[in-house]
Amino acid sequence: MNYFPDEVLEHVFDFIASHRDRNSVSLVCKSWYRIEKFSRTKVFIGNCYAISPERLIARFPGIKSLTLKGKPHFADFNLVPHDWGGFVYPWIEALARCRVGLEELRLKRMVVSDESLELLSRSFPNFKALVLVSCEGFTTDGLAAVAANCRFLRELDLQENEIEDHRGQWLNCFSDSCTSLVSLNFACLKGEINLAALERLVARSPNLKSLRVNRAVPLETLQRLLMRAPQLADLGVGSYVHDPTSDAYRKLKDTMQNCTSIRSLSGFLEVAPRCLSTIYTICPNLTSMNLSYAPGISGAELIKLIQHCRKLQRIWILDCIGDKGLAIVASTCKELQELRVFPSDPYGVGNAAVTEEGLVAISAGCPKLHSLLYFCQQMTNAALITVANNCPNFTCFRLCILDPMKPDPVTSQPLDEGYGAIVQSCKRITRLSLSGLLTDQVFHYIGMYAKQVEMLSIAFAGDSDKSMLYVLNGCKKLRKLEIMNCPFGNVALLEDMGKYETMRSLWMSSCEITLGGCKTLAKKMPRLNVEIINENNQIEFNPEDRQKVEKMYLYRSLVGPRNDAPEFVWTL
Amino acid sequence: MSAEDSSDDGGELDLGLALTLGGGGGKEAGTSSVRSRIFTAFPSASSSSSSSTLSTANASAGTKRSAHSVAAAASQVVGWPPIRAYRMNSMANQAKTLETEEFNAIIKKNRSKTNNNDTNGSAKVRATLFVKVNMDGVPIGRKVDLHALSSYETLAQTLQDMFQQPTAPVTATRSSIQDDFMEGARRPSTVLDGSSEFVLTYEDKDGDWMLVGDVPWGIFLSSVKRLKVMRTSEATGLGI
Repeated sequence: MNYFPDEVLEHVFDFIASHRDRNSVSLVCKSWYRIEKFSRTKVFIGNCYAISPERLIARFPGIKSLTLKGKPHFADFNLVPHDWGGFVYPWIEALARCRVGLEELRLKRMVVSDESLELLSRSFPNFKALVLVSCEGFTTDGLAAVAANCRFLRELDLQENEIEDHRGQWLNCFSDSCTSLVSLNFACLKGEINLAALERLVARSPNLKSLRVNRAVPLETLQRLLMRAPQLADLGVGSYVHDPTSDAYRKLKDTMQNCTSIRSLSGFLEVAPRCLSTIYTICPNLTSMNLSYAPGISGAELIKLIQHCRKLQRIWILDCIGDKGLAIVASTCKELQELRVFPSDPYGVGNAAVTEEGLVAISAGCPKLHSLLYFCQQMTNAALITVANNCPNFTCFRLCILDPMKPDPVTSQPLDEGYGAIVQSCKRITRLSLSGLLTDQVFHYIGMYAKQVEMLSIAFAGDSDKSMLYVLNGCKKLRKLEIMNCPFGNVALLEDMGKYETMRSLWMSSCEITLGGCKTLAKKMPRLNVEIINENNQIEFNPEDRQKVEKMYLYRSLVGPRNDAPEFVWTL
Repeated sequence: MSAEDSSDDGGELDLGLALTLGGGGGKEAGTSSVRSRIFTAFPSASSSSSSSTLSTANASAGTKRSAHSVAAAASQVVGWPPIRAYRMNSMANQAKTLETEEFNAIIKKNRSKTNNNDTNGSAKVRATLFVKVNMDGVPIGRKVDLHALSSYETLAQTLQDMFQQPTAPVTATRSSIQDDFMEGARRPSTVLDGSSEFVLTYEDKDGDWMLVGDVPWGIFLSSVKRLKVMRTSEATGLGI
């Protein structure tokens, strides 16, 4: 292929978006490697400690868009101590120093300081998009810097971050000449904002397609915002409290009727009962709805709402909808592809809001369903087998039975057969989370059938090391394995150490592995970072090898042990 | 730092606990490993604890728990249920706000008309509520999860265990709560009669330091920012 000029190849490569495909392209030959290297603009790094910023910049000097992930997934559930790591500052500092033309930065589970945001805002004149998911460490002062300095900002998307709110005027910091906003999401901010500044900002952003506001934005303001931005496609409502007899209500109803472009709805962080009828006009066009942060909406109201939403493809909802409500979803939302049902009462005992019945109804009514996250009180093998038969297209199947190790309530059996049916029928499953009473048998099935699985989350399951071995041996495409509270020990950990270099990471907590086992692994596999998290000084000053390790996180890395690990993290 | 266990002795759990959990239907070997896993999984209190105390199924004369409290124990396992901390915190905050008068008024007005078949719409989420606790004379502060406790009594007990000062009893509560406390107390050294060396105080959301025990527990939870075990001699102006 050497007879094509470089520009032609570059043009061809432009059509190749997926980073995996581009990785493959760069392996073909040296000239393809070179051309691909300089034309790559988007890079995804699943573990920020697998590579260093310097090596990234050397490899892809033309990078414009960077996605970085920091802490392990179980950090979401408070399993990782606060100062574990995942700092973005060194990345921003290096990118700035090397004068990279950064335009987009997407971060997940990273620690972002105000200092980093300030440096970011001042270092990249063409900066366009900042997306922060489950991050922490910054305040509204950092946001003010971004607003003030990023003159061509298109996207500021803050999802589920812990942001210290200084109740400043960060929205005021957007300059009057900033008219480029396409997406603004600050739903996770806890404090007051300047409503007038928000209105002015929306008024001068003709390209605004997505707006998600926080709780401090009342209904009257929402109505005015919608008046100014009838072109919105994605709306996140803050506070939705009004008196049905008021003027505000009538105005809102009228305004809503003009919002014919809205396809995605979320928020309702505060909602008064019986306010939702104003939404009905936009429901028939909705393809995505997230009411999982709206505990103020009763099951009955949810049902009424859903009945207007025939085009929904994605629903995130609370379990107050109940099994009956899910049956209504099944009969109404024939286009449904993704369903997430969250618990409204995670610690409740015996409040059977949704059970296996709801899931079976959904599987029967929604043939396009392929992504599921379902929190419930109980599940049966029979139900799982039915679901497996109805929906062979699952790519993501995450089931969480709230009571750990709960068996099938009808037969008192473990749920091995049910999950076995799921993995056997759904040949394209890439993400799987298990719960309920599970023996080694289910892992035998997973190793045998779940050939495409890339991420597997296990808790309170299995009887012996065999379980983990089935998975490591059978799941050829496994990238991330996370295990908590399972009886897996050194035998499983050390059987196939080379496997971990084919994976991104392994997390094991409250298992049976010992310090000696981890040390052996670290010694034999220099390209893995084996980190022990030693909180509360569980492992004493002169630790013995046979002492159990409470939390271990290992990951492959091209740059060796990290130098920013806190005291309680030991890299072996 | 998270709240420390009073002891991570797996033997605190009763053998009966394992049998009431859904371990049925398994083979013998399966059941016992389920059982032993339970002891690993449910240490005596919150936060991570060493699993080196994986015990054989030895019953102890410790606290007996019903199957009901298994779920409560499950809530003590860090990382379970697997719900993002952000979501838990935000639901807890919303649940608090749902208690305001304005809402009650609206809900009451509509309650008679609402279909009662659905479950109560308001979310009851017990997220964690970690607050710092400092004690005069102790350089290292601790943290305690107030949402894991149910009353002033359990708070006093927890703090007692945490700072392990059996010779310096903590004045935890006042007036009528004091009586319940005296009856329920398993350790006589926690009895308070105003003559003890320390008092328990808290900083509320307005920044004022108040004596613990004057307001109902629920209101205390919504206004407490941090706790301090103060020497009685230092706690002037708090109306002792």
